[in-house]
Amino acid sequence: MTEQNGHRRLTTPPVPAPPSRNGARPEPTDPALTRPAPVPKSAPAPAPAPTPKSVPTPKSAPVPKSAPVPKSVPVEPDVAGPSVADRPGDQWDRRVASGLAFLRRRLSGQYEVDEFGFDPELTGAVFHPLLRLLYRDWFRTEVTGLEHVPTDGAGLVVGNHSGTVALDALILSAALHDQHPARRYLRLLGADLVFRMPVVSELARKTGGTVACNPDAERLLGNGEVVGVFPEGFKGIGKLYSDRYKLQRFGRGGFVSAALRTGTPIVPVAIVGGEEIYPMLADIKPLARLLKLPYFPVTPTFPWLGPLGMVPLPSKWLIEFCPPIPTAHLTDSADDPLVVFNLADQVRETIQQTLHQLLERRPDPFGP
Amino acid sequence: MTPGGTPGAPGVVVVTGVGRYLGAHVAARLAADPRIERVIGVDPATPGPEFAGLLDRVERIRLDLDSLGGLLADLDVAAVVHLALATAPDPQQGGRSGMKEQNVIGTMQLLAACQRAPRLRKLVVRSSTAAYGASFRDPAVFTEETEPREVPRGGFGRDILDIEGYVRGFRRRRPDVTATVLRFAPFIGSTADTTLTRYFSQPVVPTVFGRDPRLQFVHFDDALEVLHRSVAEDHPGTYNVAGPGVLSLSQAIRRAGRVAVPVWEPGLSGAAAIARNLGFGRYGLDQVDLIVHGRVVDTRRLTREYGFTPRSTAVAFDDFIRAHHGGAVLSRDQLAMAEQMVLESIRQVRSAVRDRT
Repeated sequence: MTEQNGHRRLTTPPVPAPPSRNGARPEPTDPALTRPAPVPKSAPAPAPAPTPKSVPTPKSAPVPKSAPVPKSVPVEPDVAGPSVADRPGDQWDRRVASGLAFLRRRLSGQYEVDEFGFDPELTGAVFHPLLRLLYRDWFRTEVTGLEHVPTDGAGLVVGNHSGTVALDALILSAALHDQHPARRYLRLLGADLVFRMPVVSELARKTGGTVACNPDAERLLGNGEVVGVFPEGFKGIGKLYSDRYKLQRFGRGGFVSAALRTGTPIVPVAIVGGEEIYPMLADIKPLARLLKLPYFPVTPTFPWLGPLGMVPLPSKWLIEFCPPIPTAHLTDSADDPLVVFNLADQVRETIQQTLHQLLERRPDPFGP
Repeated sequence: MTPGGTPGAPGVVVVTGVGRYLGAHVAARLAADPRIERVIGVDPATPGPEFAGLLDRVERIRLDLDSLGGLLADLDVAAVVHLALATAPDPQQGGRSGMKEQNVIGTMQLLAACQRAPRLRKLVVRSSTAAYGASFRDPAVFTEETEPREVPRGGFGRDILDIEGYVRGFRRRRPDVTATVLRFAPFIGSTADTTLTRYFSQPVVPTVFGRDPRLQFVHFDDALEVLHRSVAEDHPGTYNVAGPGVLSLSQAIRRAGRVAVPVWEPGLSGAAAIARNLGFGRYGLDQVDLIVHGRVVDTRRLTREYGFTPRSTAVAFDDFIRAHHGGAVLSRDQLAMAEQMVLESIRQVRSAVRDRT
């Protein structure tokens, strides 16, 4: 597992393929879904949208020069008469046009990918809308403490990990981008295993993830990104249902030294709800060894119901970002094990206490 | 010894590998520089006729690298530019063993000769970003300090690691010589003809299923510029030379208007191994590793020390597309036209329906 690789510390377990298993280049089949992303290049957030939910839908964002500006309002002046009647049609036309423009940009390769492989256009147009359905409508997620995530500049978001597959990481990133006033992207750090698997590795990269190692973490933080990390790694997602909401060991705290070296504030985040989506009753270790997986889960529905067992149970989710822990004054102590351990402990305690508070606020795991 | 001009510019320069595309162009470019007195091109083979015009100002010597020692001492050579590297096995030159002979043994012999050359002040060695190897645990971006996690599977990658090891030894033994190692990303451009440009020129491009590597290229002209500056100025150390920015493989294929055909990875490695054993095809495990893992390097050190930024990977690739426009299956204009047609037909249907009601 992850402990054996010396330098590797910041671990996030496998990111499961989002519901659409469309391979490395998912193309939206429904043009209505293809909402043009506002494509913020990187950290410095552009003029924040007034409210997160009212994304300016029309007017596709970065249309290349050759783009045939769509817009098919009645061209003939004689039909312009019943202008009130054809309004819904206009909206459809715009959607179709922006969908086509999106398809053309994708098919001709006219989009930008950063050095980690992050594709903001694809993430905004395909992955986030799918995750939005999941976190808003299926899990009824409530997010608090968003003001603790920096509006500009770097931040290291450290969370508890749960849920057999690492769905919580994806939910966290979609919720942060949707609800944060600066629409920050969460750059997740994932375990080796994620990047060993075909398809999954590319989905992880395209949505902004990268291998959990200090060079990548420090590079992202140095670029002023918000980085998400789950130091429990597989110990967190692979724990049994009876151990739910008990934080596992944090390892050597590589995430702390990455934050210290770059002077980045650490934002602990507590996520409640992830433990109930796939309650893991047992772990078939021999089968896991055979398949070279960290664990092989048995849940009330998996593997009994086959693919149906992959449907997450609709638990109620609460996400709370805690006040940031500044590290700028500790930049010189990045290699001091005592400072690193103390800080890691402080983060761990904060998350554990916040988890307890959130659980009190949510008496029924499957409540409204 | 030093002619007028920049004090860094050497008098007599030896360029190895002038029988190849890169060597010939570098030698011609150095010969055109008035700060450099003499440019001597060395190659065991006679340069092909295509380079004849290019090399008319270069003194050519047909020589194996093992007999270079006398030449360096006799001619008071001040700088050596080592470009005689084979990136892929050539069946006409003895295949993989010939390639290794040329890359590794050739470099050893050259460095041995350089070590004994008393007036030598500068050594410029061509290397490659293949020096970083390919592993799933690799960081996303390699800096010059990154050590390879795994020894590369491909022959060229292993040769590069050996060559850089010998240069490190040379640096220890001759600290007075300014040694520059340039790790080039794959060359691309309107004129470059490499394994990778041939790969992208095919109408149907094989890729690895479930992998979309991040690629970087360096424009051939920018590579020439960096090599030229390495000789004319003093830049000791190791540098990544690549165009800033990244293209993913699928994106590059779409920009070139080609069609990607995903292949299961073990099948591709097997096919590459079979092709190599049968002695045909220049694709090997080096290429397979590149299109599985990709390779992105940090070029900040080059920009800082050379005061020069190569054109970006996307711009360099565009230049290549313009030159290889012919093989495109699905071009940007065709897509724009198709889009227009769909929009236009929607508009027509709409107005027809409206007319009827």
